[in-house]
Amino acid sequence: MFQAPLEKYPVNIREVVLGLGEKAKKIGGENTFPFHFFEGSLPNSPGLALEVLDMQPENWATWALDPFKDVVSDPVEWAKRGVEEYGAEILCLRLLSIDPMGMDVAPEEAAKTVRNVVDSLNIPLIVLGTGTEDKDSKVLIEVARACSGKNLLLGPVLKGNYQEIAKAALEHGHAIVAQASMDANLTKELNIALCKFFPPEKIVVDPTSSALGYGMEYTFSIIESIKQFGLVAKDNMMLMPVFADIGIECWRTKEAKESKDQGVLWEATTGMTFLLAGANLVVFRHPEALRLIKNMIL
Amino acid sequence: MALKGAEIMKKLPKTNCKECGCATCFAFAMKLATGGVKLDDCPYLDPEVKTELKDAMAPPMKLVTIGTGQNAIVIGEEEVMFRHEKTFFHEPGIAVLISDRESESDIGEKLARVKDLRFERIGNVLKIDLLALSNDSGDSGIFETLVKKAYETTDFPFILISEDMDALFSAAAMCADRRPLVYPITSDNVSASIPKLKELGVPAGVKGDSLDEIISVTSQLKDAGVEESIIDPGSRNMLDGIRDQTLIRRAALKKGFRPLGYPTMTFPCFMCQDKYEEALATSALMTKYAGIVVTSLIEKDFIFPLLVHRFNIYSDPRRPMTVEEKVYEVSQPDENSPILISTNYALDFFIVSGAIEEANIPAFLCIKDTGGIGVLAAWTSGKFTGEAIAEFFKKYDVENRVKHRKLIIPGVAKKLKDELEEELPSWEILLGPSEASDIPKFLSEEWKV
Repeated sequence: MFQAPLEKYPVNIREVVLGLGEKAKKIGGENTFPFHFFEGSLPNSPGLALEVLDMQPENWATWALDPFKDVVSDPVEWAKRGVEEYGAEILCLRLLSIDPMGMDVAPEEAAKTVRNVVDSLNIPLIVLGTGTEDKDSKVLIEVARACSGKNLLLGPVLKGNYQEIAKAALEHGHAIVAQASMDANLTKELNIALCKFFPPEKIVVDPTSSALGYGMEYTFSIIESIKQFGLVAKDNMMLMPVFADIGIECWRTKEAKESKDQGVLWEATTGMTFLLAGANLVVFRHPEALRLIKNMIL
Repeated sequence: MALKGAEIMKKLPKTNCKECGCATCFAFAMKLATGGVKLDDCPYLDPEVKTELKDAMAPPMKLVTIGTGQNAIVIGEEEVMFRHEKTFFHEPGIAVLISDRESESDIGEKLARVKDLRFERIGNVLKIDLLALSNDSGDSGIFETLVKKAYETTDFPFILISEDMDALFSAAAMCADRRPLVYPITSDNVSASIPKLKELGVPAGVKGDSLDEIISVTSQLKDAGVEESIIDPGSRNMLDGIRDQTLIRRAALKKGFRPLGYPTMTFPCFMCQDKYEEALATSALMTKYAGIVVTSLIEKDFIFPLLVHRFNIYSDPRRPMTVEEKVYEVSQPDENSPILISTNYALDFFIVSGAIEEANIPAFLCIKDTGGIGVLAAWTSGKFTGEAIAEFFKKYDVENRVKHRKLIIPGVAKKLKDELEEELPSWEILLGPSEASDIPKFLSEEWKV
């Protein structure tokens, strides 16, 4: 009899809890590579989140907008649609309106929107800024305070604003997304800096995502190498679950805007590829892409 | 599998005849171990020892060729489990499934459509590689008609699929000059198949319900001199397929286990509820090691993402991805359209050209060859300086493409602006945004002729 060459790894990816109570979602916790049920334990299925914007989308393909077109002016209604109609178990609220180059909405106002969404549902919520360090920091601190104790996942936390945001997250009981672009070493550096005062089991890392055809392979390989550093080399600072924010990237592409089928597949293929690399939490824009992935892996 | 020089030395004639061009047999052995000389360079090697050494030194995963000439598809000889450890070498073949139970007109239409599934993307042709012709009718005559038609109307390599060995091999004989893959070779038919496989000189598609069965079949084939096989571990759902292919590749690469040292083939066409799932399963199985994927998909919207996916995963991470140096026309610009310039680092190109498309403002995008490095590094190393860009302008006659004299440069290259104002005095140099994602906003607000 042939003995299959199974491999055991001596450590587990950290388990991170999103949200509260019955509907809380745990991600991570595995001691093997993705979907390797045959040689290790993967106690938690990947988190699959659906994206909600805090303002009307601009330049979205018709088929991306269709599922939400009558509710896009109201993030609370949009969020409800995602949960009730499309079965989302995690939502990702993107605070586009705070962009200083755009509407530049004040931190208090943005925080109020988040609070309204939080109050209207009982599932885990990711809250993302736009990646502008100063403004994000002001807004996310306000959000952390306004939703104290709700165990949100706040991000992106960057090299230039990690201290302020992480402090507020710690004080008010939230988890954070630590983002370092396309370089596993930078991911590690930021984790080390954070872990001096922030609990590692409340950190999810984001190596930043690229869409199929637009650098997907870079993200794929960086996620795989982060997981390898963690599981094989037992690097304690590389054992955080991995976050992939793909909807925004995929639906920007001309291919996704060409046809509905191609758009849904563009997003689903990118998502599946990152899940195979080891992503633990993926944000989708189109409910059909999310449903497809869910049917295939859960 | 790597053999050490000292182990090779033991097998050599030890006469130091120098006919191989090396001073001693020992020197030959050392060179052979690192690939500096070929086994055939030694004229006095015992043939048996030669075969033994050849086997021992062969790559852990066999290279297999289906088809001939420029349409041949070559798979195998992969070296790593993760692409960042080196690279994935041979793109998996995508085969479109056609059954002989389909109507004549359906078959004709499919054959015509498959030929059109061919796309250009940054100077690369992305296309379907194979046809998988399946004998589901139970009739060898009908199967032969299908094979004949595919043979006469296309130049694709084939995978021939039939449980009926006579039908399988008579079809294979009809197109043996195209070197088809014959499938399935199983523990039940392997003995009877061996003489025919050898006679026709075609690779074997081995199927087994367990790895043990596969090992027994590939071993028999190898012992009989059939060198090229492709393994179908029989998985009929995606996660099993990923498991089987992972274990097969691991056994070959990490354990040097020869009977599993072959590329694999998978059938996402039999794994899924609908075509969306099938597209996803196909991409997943390509990510996780398939040498061949057989799909029933044929619509452009389903095939194109798969082709791009394969292209991405099999791009070499050791080399910066580059695009060709030239002036790209994004969305049909005219003489009043903006001109932007960037490096030929592929990721930059994709992001910038995508952002211009998103802006819905046609533009010229000048792409300067910087050896695939980004703006700042290229500026530092002299490949993206005012002087270099002025030369580019001359070479590609940029001045005569537009009536205006405004050039938009990447926002991160502030120092480049001064250089360009000196080198291109008739041009107004506009510092663009630092982030490509701000290009649409920049163009719509700032661009005026």
